[in-house]
Amino acid sequence: MASQAKNNVIDPLIDNNPITLQVLGICSALAVTTNMMSALIMSLALTTVTAFSSAFISAIRKHIPGSIRIIVQMTIIASLVIVVDQILKAYAFEASKQLSVFVGLIITNCIVLGRAEAYAMKNPPVMSFLDGIGNGLGYSLILMLVAFFRELLGAGKLFGHQIIPVANDGGWYIPNGLMLLPPSAFFVIGLLIWAVRSWKKEQVEAPDYQIHQVHRTEVL
Amino acid sequence: MARLRRFLDRIEPQFHKGGPYEKYFALYEMVDTFIYAPADVTRGSPHVRDAIDLKRVMSYVVVATFPVLLLMLWNTGYQANNAISELGMTNMEGWRYALMDLLGVTYNPNSLFANMFHGLLYFLPMYVTTLVAGGIFEVIFAAVRNHEVNEGFLVSSMLYTLTLPPSTPLWMVALGIIFGVVLGKEVFGGTGKNFLNPALTGRAFLYFAYPAAMSGDAVWTAIDGYTGATPLALAASGGVEAIKTAGYTWQQTFFGFMPGSLGETSTIAILIGAAFLMYTRVANFRIIFGVFLGMVFTSLLFNLIGSDTNPMFSLPWYWHLSIGGLAFGMVFMATDPVSASMTDKGRWIYGGLIGFMAVLIRVVNPAFPEGIMLAILFGNIFAPLIDYFVVQANVKRRLKRS
Repeated sequence: MASQAKNNVIDPLIDNNPITLQVLGICSALAVTTNMMSALIMSLALTTVTAFSSAFISAIRKHIPGSIRIIVQMTIIASLVIVVDQILKAYAFEASKQLSVFVGLIITNCIVLGRAEAYAMKNPPVMSFLDGIGNGLGYSLILMLVAFFRELLGAGKLFGHQIIPVANDGGWYIPNGLMLLPPSAFFVIGLLIWAVRSWKKEQVEAPDYQIHQVHRTEVL
Repeated sequence: MARLRRFLDRIEPQFHKGGPYEKYFALYEMVDTFIYAPADVTRGSPHVRDAIDLKRVMSYVVVATFPVLLLMLWNTGYQANNAISELGMTNMEGWRYALMDLLGVTYNPNSLFANMFHGLLYFLPMYVTTLVAGGIFEVIFAAVRNHEVNEGFLVSSMLYTLTLPPSTPLWMVALGIIFGVVLGKEVFGGTGKNFLNPALTGRAFLYFAYPAAMSGDAVWTAIDGYTGATPLALAASGGVEAIKTAGYTWQQTFFGFMPGSLGETSTIAILIGAAFLMYTRVANFRIIFGVFLGMVFTSLLFNLIGSDTNPMFSLPWYWHLSIGGLAFGMVFMATDPVSASMTDKGRWIYGGLIGFMAVLIRVVNPAFPEGIMLAILFGNIFAPLIDYFVVQANVKRRLKRS
């Protein structure tokens, strides 16, 4: 039981990461990673929602009719997102303004619904809660990494503090403007996936087809 | 030469599997096949006997850039010398000027040699940086993946350098080509498997990452502090009138005596290269004419529509051809056989789409003065789709017939 609980939290960090392995939740990973502060708040919000929605859905899983389960799940998730959104507006208004619509869009985040469907519907509440925490943390890990590179290379800052002096203020670093545009998150996530799969070979997918050998020096 | 062959043969076993340098086989193979024709023969099918191979295709493209190269050297130096004499600069600091003073080369914009030499001092460092930075990554990937280092990189590096503004800092040049080689080509499996043009991918990266160094008025002449708008920028602000007011005639822009990215200024030199590429059938004429017709059609369309506020609407097609990078992209970039459409009908559509998009971006989009780079990358992405529909249409046609 204890090892199962530990596994639920640890496994989604790298071995079964929702972003790098399952490639879910990419939309918000592009949108909120221009600086680390908003990435952190988004991570906290999503982890909270995933954990509690999984726990609640799991608690009533035996009473949810199969035919309308998605609607029930969505209702619970949406209520939680509204709660998170209101809390952010009350206590972190600036950050909430920065994240704008993306807090509300947690409702449509595939990770939340994915965990509800794949895990919470079949497992007890505490385990589901831990599973939600684990997946939220896996998402957070990637988000923070992406935001780290984007903010550092794009503005020379981390959490809003100047780390590298940029050329406009008399420093030597010329910020890479691409890093502040959403497509750069694709590059960073792509490179992260590449790195993870070079490290953990079992995550590499089987090729769709194989070209047969054409030349003595080329090994395919 | 025989001695060199013997030397290469003698050291070859050391690079084979089990030898001490087996990791560096790609490097050995590159040098060997660069100097000598390889003796390898294709086993199994498909088997085509042809006098032309990848190596020759690639070197023909490099040969086709020679007219562009010559005029580029002259023009880059001419623009720089012109700016120097216009600003009345004396006692300039920097290694270029030190070298020119040492060799007694003047800054006279009317001297052919002074211009060529000055231009070379800008082109050569950029080109060498491209070769070294991109080459290192080519070799790393070739060694890790057991591929060969391919002549394609010679073409990519040459074309990439020719698309850059003459004042691009060298570290930017290196960063761009590394991005182009790694993320534009190698991550997809190397030469022949890239769906984007690697040279343009690198340039696009720089364009979005460092817009201040890749656009605006200050980067097109290789002299610090000299601002001179390109005819394309002038056209965007005031149409043909503005270009003529600034002192450029159509002939001048056609022959390439204007500021701009290194290789794109001289349309006539590019067209000579195009004639060579089409004669040797290295570049497919359908793509080139497709882009051309798409460009003519779209600009005529905009001429017809007209606009009171946007002077670009009334720019005639021959101006579209002579200013900016359209001709260079049309001849050297769009025709990249790997990232272009493969079917004959598809090539016309692909070319037309690029011509259409290039003019559309130039005329309608206020953010990007030049559209050919984005248009070609856009076309690259659509090329497989175009091919798919052309093939499907053919399948349907033949099914109906039977």
